[in-house]
Amino acid sequence: MIEHLPALMIAVPLFGAFTTPLLKKNYKAAAVWATLITAVTLGMSLLLVREVLIREIMVYVFGADKPTLVLPSGYRVPIRIIFEVDAMGALMALSATLMSFIGALYSYSHVRNETGLEKYYALLLLLEVGILGMVLTGDLFNLFVFLEIAGIAGSALVGFRNYRGEASEAGIKYLIVSSVASLMVLFSIGLLYGEYGNLNIAYLSTQIGFNTVDIIALGILFTSFAMKCGSVPTHHWVPDAYTEVPSGINPTLLVATYASLYALFRVSFSLFGKVSSEMSSVGWIMCVLGVLTMFIGVTMALVQKDVKRLMSYHAISQTGYMLLGVGVGLAVLNDPAKLAAFGRDAMAGGIFHIINHIIYKSLLLMTAGALFYVTGTRNLNEMGGLARKMPYTTIAFIVGAAAISGIPPFNGFASKFLIYETSYQLSPIFAIFAMVTSVLTLASFVKVFASAFLGPPVEKYEEVKEVPRSMVVAMLILAALCLLFGLFPNVVLDKLVYPAVDALLKLGSYQTWGGIP
Amino acid sequence: MNNVILVNLPFIVVALLLAVGFYTIGFKRNLIKVVIGIEILEGAVNLFLITLGYVKGAYAPIYTMAPKEAVNNMVLPTPQALTLTSIVIGVAVSALMLAFAVNIYEHYGTLDVTKVRRLKG
Repeated sequence: MIEHLPALMIAVPLFGAFTTPLLKKNYKAAAVWATLITAVTLGMSLLLVREVLIREIMVYVFGADKPTLVLPSGYRVPIRIIFEVDAMGALMALSATLMSFIGALYSYSHVRNETGLEKYYALLLLLEVGILGMVLTGDLFNLFVFLEIAGIAGSALVGFRNYRGEASEAGIKYLIVSSVASLMVLFSIGLLYGEYGNLNIAYLSTQIGFNTVDIIALGILFTSFAMKCGSVPTHHWVPDAYTEVPSGINPTLLVATYASLYALFRVSFSLFGKVSSEMSSVGWIMCVLGVLTMFIGVTMALVQKDVKRLMSYHAISQTGYMLLGVGVGLAVLNDPAKLAAFGRDAMAGGIFHIINHIIYKSLLLMTAGALFYVTGTRNLNEMGGLARKMPYTTIAFIVGAAAISGIPPFNGFASKFLIYETSYQLSPIFAIFAMVTSVLTLASFVKVFASAFLGPPVEKYEEVKEVPRSMVVAMLILAALCLLFGLFPNVVLDKLVYPAVDALLKLGSYQTWGGIP
Repeated sequence: MNNVILVNLPFIVVALLLAVGFYTIGFKRNLIKVVIGIEILEGAVNLFLITLGYVKGAYAPIYTMAPKEAVNNMVLPTPQALTLTSIVIGVAVSALMLAFAVNIYEHYGTLDVTKVRRLKG
């Protein structure tokens, strides 16, 4: 049973996605059913994490009982579709399932006045399938297929409120970006296939060398995934998509963005591991992109009036921290002394920041959704004095804002501190930019807090009450996680993050599964 | 010389189609034309995959009643399978994009991407 987990992780939400539309008559049943499916998937991903931590790597082969089965002619290459789960993939799978569960729980009240809800939940589960497939697969073409599934489901959800023109505008932007990125991914998969005649990531990574075609393929893959994860030159779709998507989808859409970041890391560390361990310029490019992303993101955020748009620009800026942290590790990959001194910790900071950011940014976007739910507006200038009316939302917002600004007892501090410390040793300028960004982040969240929650009560909102219970529960779970991850960062680092870092660093163990050299 | 051009002709066409596709996405104002640009890109990538899978003089990988000389001279059908999958995905993408375009036309009264800009800043 346990060895079938990687396949079941895909099969269960897919089953849910195709059975939810049957509950068209009763939207409550659809919501409960979707929440149940996501809860089951969450449980399975916890089992998967436990299993992967014991075995280090889990290989699942479709159509054969073991991966070592070779062709009748004795030609030893992997030809079947293979799922290969290491600690990094398991970490991403855990965050994807957790956030889908939280999102489904929150959606129960948040979107109950909309129509077509059975399709909403079906698309939510389909988006989860896309993310899980991307992070679990060991096959390049599979990666493309799941990237497209996540892209299509995600953009359909961005345009879900089809009575608003803006939603369709944001949806088509997201779809154009994601389909161009995935077509370019397919093109470079074609380049690699034409050269080596195989699609398995582990097998390809043993073959890839320094010739021109490989470098072109690396360039295209790097650019496409950077485009899809909202790094700076092509970050324009992020604020639109995050603003227009219903708040219950925001957590899952965030994870979908970081699944592309995961693919970027997988490409640079595993697929092109040989190339990037020789050329430190790949890592430097990633660092510089990271710094630009964090700084440009935060400066754009400062001037926003729309609360969700402001938070979306912060999502861009926080992506920069992850790129910087992992980029520092990638830049010193060829130097074992530096890698041991600070490179490994930098990567731990970057990867820890992924999961932390997913938690607190989902929390913040959900509080923004709660504000929208009670006031019907997202404009900060029209809100005010809501702290007395909505105590739980206020607490959730304070926790999230403190976490994103890196204030000590919350989780953002733990990962940001690791990144400051380590990026300083590569180049002090990086650390300075990272700290300035953090200060600016705090400044803009103080602005949100002051204008939405403090101040004299606005007459229009005399009658508002706290949001319904399912939304409060979803927000408080995430707030508790923020606090727990901040109080016991060493537990999370030892159990989840350092295994993930080592999984990325140990190229050898990724390549030598199942005995095929 | 002539042969070199002929053998590489599909790849030249792929390069041209990629250029046309990116030009259309980048410089055309009408949303429908942008969608067409993405379709052109997809055609280029599909043509590229199919060209990779072509082996001159090889047989289709069907073992039933295959002639003797076909043994050890069959193509691997992976690129064709990839292309089929990619075509199916492309249909879904273009259908969704056109649906968005229809919806945008209903709300904005135009398909000009320079005028469809309520989300900015």
